[in-house]
Amino acid sequence: MNRVVITGMGAICGLGHSLDEVWGNIVEGKPGISKIENTNIEKLAVQIGGEVKNFAIAEDVLEAKEAPRFDKFIHFALHSGFEAWKDAGLVDHSYDPGRIGTILGVGMGGFPEIESSYETFLAKGPRRISPFFIPAIIPNMASGLMSIKLNLQGVNYTIASACASAAHAISASAFEIMSGRQDVMVTGGAESVLSNLPMGGFISMKALSKSVDEPEKASRPFDKDRNGFVIGEGAGVLILENYDKAKARGARIYAEVVGHGTSSDAHHITAPHPEGDGAYRCMKMCIESAGITPDKVGYVNAHGTSTPLGDLGETKAIKKTFGNHANEMFVSSTKSMTGHLLGAAGGIESIFCAMALYKGVLPPTINLDNQDPECDLDYVANTAKEFQAEYVLNNSFGFGGTNSSLLLKRYTE
Amino acid sequence: MEEKVIKLVSDATKIDIAKINSGTSFVDDLNLDSLDIVELMMKMEDEFGVEIPEEDAEGLKSISDIVTYLEKKK
Repeated sequence: MNRVVITGMGAICGLGHSLDEVWGNIVEGKPGISKIENTNIEKLAVQIGGEVKNFAIAEDVLEAKEAPRFDKFIHFALHSGFEAWKDAGLVDHSYDPGRIGTILGVGMGGFPEIESSYETFLAKGPRRISPFFIPAIIPNMASGLMSIKLNLQGVNYTIASACASAAHAISASAFEIMSGRQDVMVTGGAESVLSNLPMGGFISMKALSKSVDEPEKASRPFDKDRNGFVIGEGAGVLILENYDKAKARGARIYAEVVGHGTSSDAHHITAPHPEGDGAYRCMKMCIESAGITPDKVGYVNAHGTSTPLGDLGETKAIKKTFGNHANEMFVSSTKSMTGHLLGAAGGIESIFCAMALYKGVLPPTINLDNQDPECDLDYVANTAKEFQAEYVLNNSFGFGGTNSSLLLKRYTE
Repeated sequence: MEEKVIKLVSDATKIDIAKINSGTSFVDDLNLDSLDIVELMMKMEDEFGVEIPEEDAEGLKSISDIVTYLEKKK
């Protein structure tokens, strides 16, 4: 099996438009949650989110004619994809384009455009539905347009497994390189559904935080006063590369992707298993797949969405997976700052894991003022920490009881 | 009429208005694909308040085709 390394990354969310900006704010423990301004959602009971402010796609990514034809999740995917591609030094490369592919995670697709097109239909009739409506909203146009813009002629598809989408996409991409089918993969995820139907649906499920008066404090994973997740938007795109080939071209290596776990709760359509059974089996598989023991893992970037049930179940699952070592390791939820990027979460959070290894700094869990006594691990409360361990694990769990864990290793030859 | 049509095509395609004249062909000169042309016809309908049935739209391949068609429809 080929070794797989991360050689480029790009990120956008409520904390900024680039990896540097986002990571800088993460390390400083800044909240990226605010009142939603770009969409009219005045009828909704919750109007806060991890919204990307002041963003317009650059003309060298999407031309002025094309840009309005694609919903925002596609803009975010391409914006971060281009950043990662440049970051990896692949703008001029000597790879066979047929050995470069893209698998992205998108949990929902183009709901904002679906809503506005339906309004057009109601007001003006079926003959005014744009011929660009379908390409604007289908989830796999994220990877489709990426392949066109970067001339990636290999594998090209998009995974929808709710909030585990991007994590599953990264695993699937790593397998492409491990098996030797592809040399380079553009992977991660993108999401943008800060609009009436998706948010209204989450509100009806009572999934969203009701702390609307203090947006910056609404996402508070593992805190006693947590009361639901805060929706976010954005993208996290990574370049995975065959280690030998990356090394041969002198690429900068952030981290190595060494373990993959996946499981089903087989329990409930939306609620996590109360004991975190599926999450436990997922992390166990992930660690075993790397051929290491759990005590080598120094940090877990938790799914940690700030819901009462989810954070507790995940804590239980971590304790079961790591035994006594759970008390000696660190766990944090960057969703306290970014909000929950849904299908893109595993992408941006894998980037944070790679940066934690590369920079030797752990991102904090902010708003952890009164830690839930039942959530009794070290969650890196409120302030980033220096960090030396060799392995970090990233969890992503989705509706439908689907789970994904990824294990990254500090890069050494 | 021709001026209006040229301006609309330029706005829709973001192609410099100086590069569009009465003889300009949508496919050969402006590289528009079938989806671009459907969208363009919708914009013509909105702008000029006419309905362009699909079978008519198929024959409209250039600026002058459109201008002639719209003048006939008036």
